[in-house]
Amino acid sequence: MEGDIVQMGAYIGAGLACMGMGGAAVGVGNVAGNFLSGALRNPSAAAGQTATLFIGIAFAEALGIFSFLVALLLMFAV
Amino acid sequence: MSEASGEGLMFHPMDQFIVKPLFGEGPVHWYTPTNASLWMVLGVVGIIMMLVVGTRGRAIVPSRGQSIAELAYGFIHKMVEDVAGKDGLKFFPYIFTLFLFIVFSNFLGLLPKAFTPTSHIAVTAVLAVLVFVTVTVVGFVKNGASFLSLFWVSSAPLALRPVLALIEVISYFVRPVSHSIRLAGNMMAGHAVIKVFAAFAPLILMSGIGIVVTPLSILAITAMYGLEILVAFIQAYVFTILTCVYLRDALHPHH
Repeated sequence: MEGDIVQMGAYIGAGLACMGMGGAAVGVGNVAGNFLSGALRNPSAAAGQTATLFIGIAFAEALGIFSFLVALLLMFAV
Repeated sequence: MSEASGEGLMFHPMDQFIVKPLFGEGPVHWYTPTNASLWMVLGVVGIIMMLVVGTRGRAIVPSRGQSIAELAYGFIHKMVEDVAGKDGLKFFPYIFTLFLFIVFSNFLGLLPKAFTPTSHIAVTAVLAVLVFVTVTVVGFVKNGASFLSLFWVSSAPLALRPVLALIEVISYFVRPVSHSIRLAGNMMAGHAVIKVFAAFAPLILMSGIGIVVTPLSILAITAMYGLEILVAFIQAYVFTILTCVYLRDALHPHH
């Protein structure tokens, strides 16, 4: 009985961890959108900043991946 | 918890990540040839094919294989030079090796029935911890104790500096974690999504609703596959460029 409740909690928690995906989506969209609006203002400077764009996306995305990790831990390790 | 939680599916989407011995059954020891080691070896063979066999002609007008090798070399060389600076070029062989290993593992893992070594945190953690240790050692060897000024933000107001130092120290030690999990998580999540759709695809053989579900899931697999090809390259690129960024911090720690 107690194990069932723990398991239920783990599954619910894994589902809740998916909300982190939304946060990562907002972050990545913010980075890419701001890059595009900046690039359209000054297209000649855009090419030099693609590396920065990818670094920014990677940092924003990492936190979304952490929520995926939490979900995996709840599913398979708890 | 691994007992059939995907009962409605033809197979479990996480089954593809199981490390199995290549020959027969039995426990996996460190010397057992497994599907993971097979695909790592195939990746290394692919790299050797591209770099050694591809550039064997040494033509002035490069052949197709030679120009792929030259493009990859030039791409990473420029990245290291731009991000880490001229003195970072000493580490170019290491960074190029990292990039090629990750890019080949990612792309070979996209073949049907293949195994993706980089989808395992065990593999990416080794890569990331090696980068972390290398960068830290290089930082201390190059700068001595003044490497610690990386954590002491001298441009901030004095009252804020201890707080910032704490944050900087934490973010420094989280680096190998996020560095490895980003790559493994991206590869694992993408492959699992493809497999989830793939498990729905044969539904047409079992029930009427399959007429709707099967074409949709095949379409979704195709779309995800295109995205995965992009992600496979971008994640290798991101891993490499973050290595360069960490290296720059080690070589020039002053903010």
